[in-house]
Amino acid sequence: MIPELGHYALVLAFALALAQSSVPLIGVRNGDAALMDVARSAALAQFVCVAAAFAALTTSYVTSDFSVENVAENSHSAMPLIYKFTSVWGNHEGSMLLWVLILALFGALLALFGRNIPSTLRASVLAVQSWIATAFYLFILLTSNPFARLVRPPIEGRDLNPILQDLGLAIHPPLLYLGFVGFSMSFSFAVAALLIGRIDAAWARWVRPWTLAAWIFLTLGIAMGSYWAYYELGWGGWWFWDPVENASLMPWLAGTAFLHSALVMEKREALKVWTILLAILTFSLSLIGTFLVRSGVLTSVHAFATDPTRGVFILAILVLFIGGSLALFAWRAPMLKQGGLFAPISREGALVFNNLFLTTACATVFVGTLYPLALEALTGAKISVGAPFFNLTFWPLIVPVLLAVPFGPLLAWKRGDLVAAAQRLIGAAVLAVIAIIITFLMRGQPVLAPLGIGLAVFVIAGALTDIAERTGLFRTSPGNALRRAVGLPRSAWGAAFAHMGLGLMLIGVIGESQWNTERIVAMKVGDMLALGGYELSFDGAEQRDGPNYRELVTTFTVSRDGRVIGTMAPAKRTFAHREMSTTEAALKARGLSQIYLSLGDISADGSVAVRAYYKPLVLLIWFGALVMAMGGALSLSDRRLRIGAPRPARSKAKAALAPAE
Amino acid sequence: MTRKQRRFALIAGSLAVLAAAVGLVLYALNDSIVFFHSPTELVEKNIRPGTRLRIGGLVAPGTVVKGKNLAVRFEVTDGNKAVEVNYSGVLPDLFREGQGVVAEGVLERPGLFRADSVLAKHDERYMPREVADALKKQGHWKTDYANKPQAPTATNASAGATH
Repeated sequence: MIPELGHYALVLAFALALAQSSVPLIGVRNGDAALMDVARSAALAQFVCVAAAFAALTTSYVTSDFSVENVAENSHSAMPLIYKFTSVWGNHEGSMLLWVLILALFGALLALFGRNIPSTLRASVLAVQSWIATAFYLFILLTSNPFARLVRPPIEGRDLNPILQDLGLAIHPPLLYLGFVGFSMSFSFAVAALLIGRIDAAWARWVRPWTLAAWIFLTLGIAMGSYWAYYELGWGGWWFWDPVENASLMPWLAGTAFLHSALVMEKREALKVWTILLAILTFSLSLIGTFLVRSGVLTSVHAFATDPTRGVFILAILVLFIGGSLALFAWRAPMLKQGGLFAPISREGALVFNNLFLTTACATVFVGTLYPLALEALTGAKISVGAPFFNLTFWPLIVPVLLAVPFGPLLAWKRGDLVAAAQRLIGAAVLAVIAIIITFLMRGQPVLAPLGIGLAVFVIAGALTDIAERTGLFRTSPGNALRRAVGLPRSAWGAAFAHMGLGLMLIGVIGESQWNTERIVAMKVGDMLALGGYELSFDGAEQRDGPNYRELVTTFTVSRDGRVIGTMAPAKRTFAHREMSTTEAALKARGLSQIYLSLGDISADGSVAVRAYYKPLVLLIWFGALVMAMGGALSLSDRRLRIGAPRPARSKAKAALAPAE
Repeated sequence: MTRKQRRFALIAGSLAVLAAAVGLVLYALNDSIVFFHSPTELVEKNIRPGTRLRIGGLVAPGTVVKGKNLAVRFEVTDGNKAVEVNYSGVLPDLFREGQGVVAEGVLERPGLFRADSVLAKHDERYMPREVADALKKQGHWKTDYANKPQAPTATNASAGATH
């Protein structure tokens, strides 16, 4: 009964989405407030329905109802409860349900808290949002029904793919989807603005919190996914330039560019056309990402094998939305009025520079990801484009951005003074040079690594310089500076933290990629292994039983200069239901570095293949991403961006004043 | 600067960056892409030894020989031709005889391939797409490889010194 209720709720959501797609737009056209208000109620009702459908599927999983095909395929009664929850989205159908749930959530949030936004714009945005929802409900109902029943239910389920039986599955997909789907809000705002034909600084301010929220989630989602792949796949890599990873990186790059160009639009009313285009492109890339992951057209380390009809359906959605929105853009964008003038050397100029390089870098990732598809379609040749391609194209385009990051915030709007900015950055530059010299003396070759560390230090010190300048840290008394620091807009702190996070991450990337030590050896109990200044001794191995697997757990003692500093226990699990085994890597943090151990296969003579890595500074990669996301969150909490639910009267006044700023 | 000059500077700058990017992409595509061939194609297309490439097919049953220091030797077949693969390192969890595999490395001489990374499917219901295509071409595709198209995740784990 419960799955049928879930299915019914989903059909109901689809019907509501159809109404929400059309009625509010008629209201906007005729100036009928009642019809426009349909959007709000429909958005809320839609969310309730999808949430009910999602709850129904979750119930089926938790109660192990194997008469539901989806549950029978992906669950097992012996699985721990947490994985019964997470396996709801550990499969195609369920993850699409999560996708629409989040889409409906964003719609409902806008309906609830978007009271400061003029009703025509709000109604249009919700209508556009509902177009997307309609397409995806249809997709689920027609090709991927998660509630399909089995005529003869099996007694036991087929179990969840062991790789996914991990806490990572609980966190990574929801975060990633909050990011992917969150960009639908920027898209809907852009399309709605094109439909209405009014785009100004206020628009940029209204769309900013939604974009920022999506960006924070996407940042965290990518970082989490990277860490999950790092410890779960057992080969110690954190980024493989794999199509599925690129699919999430592209919207992130475009979204980052969009956040920066929307700033110009908000402050100076310039770059309107470009900003709207970026909003459309960012979500288009999210859709392409969904297509790449869901259609199985690309072979990937994280590939989801899927049904081609689904691929065709998503491709149709893709063509419809991307093509449609770009056509609308081509038709309406020329009507937008030119914005404020600015000199090339100015805050605006710096942000244009950022946008130019970020979007070009995004384009090279796009080419590298889709070139194999295109080539195969055209010539039939099968190729793979791997890390060497991306290292050669992506980094040369990102380094200029990193170099420019510290300058941007120090330049004035309209007309900046590059020399003055450079003078203020002398401190940061000196620190960078010191960092280069120290790293070079400590590590020597290759020269690129110390230079990279220097660049990272420059970015971090540059961000701190910006804060020091704004608070007058070295020009006034400490008390005064502290008062100013408290009074500084949160968005300024946010920008500084986000940029610092970037620098920290760069240090981690360089440490991991340049100074990583790798040993792959066959070891027997009693053997020793030297690794990056540590000694690992293989103490023993034993078989254990888990809830739905058996595992071989090995123990290693880690010591340094004869002093024992701990034990590590990498394991190998065998899941009987799927005849699969997984590698459970053991990690030991030493400061910001990590020792990484994972097991390979066991030979006939009883020796175990061991992969051991010493990864200097590797934790900074994810810590940097966290700091970036925290910067985003600080910026989101800025007063200027409050969504404004509690004080509609004041927000309206603010909105009316907005164009004058 | 007038509006016109400003726009010109902007467009010229953008074009310069784009041109640089196109140059980089073309250079990198020339240099760093890896072609995939089935064992039959290796013979038919007369691939020269020394080129970096990916091969794929099924691990021929009864050919896996493990040596010292994690060295391993096996044959990859597409049902028509076979090629011997030498590899040293940790094999992926789902590397098995009779299962699909993709190996990346260098062709030493016709019929002998030295792999520096081996990728195998990470789900019992999934076959790497290139391998499936290569098998189909040779008429050895069995429908049971694909009978469960909605397999949740098929993660190819890569092993070896890819980086």
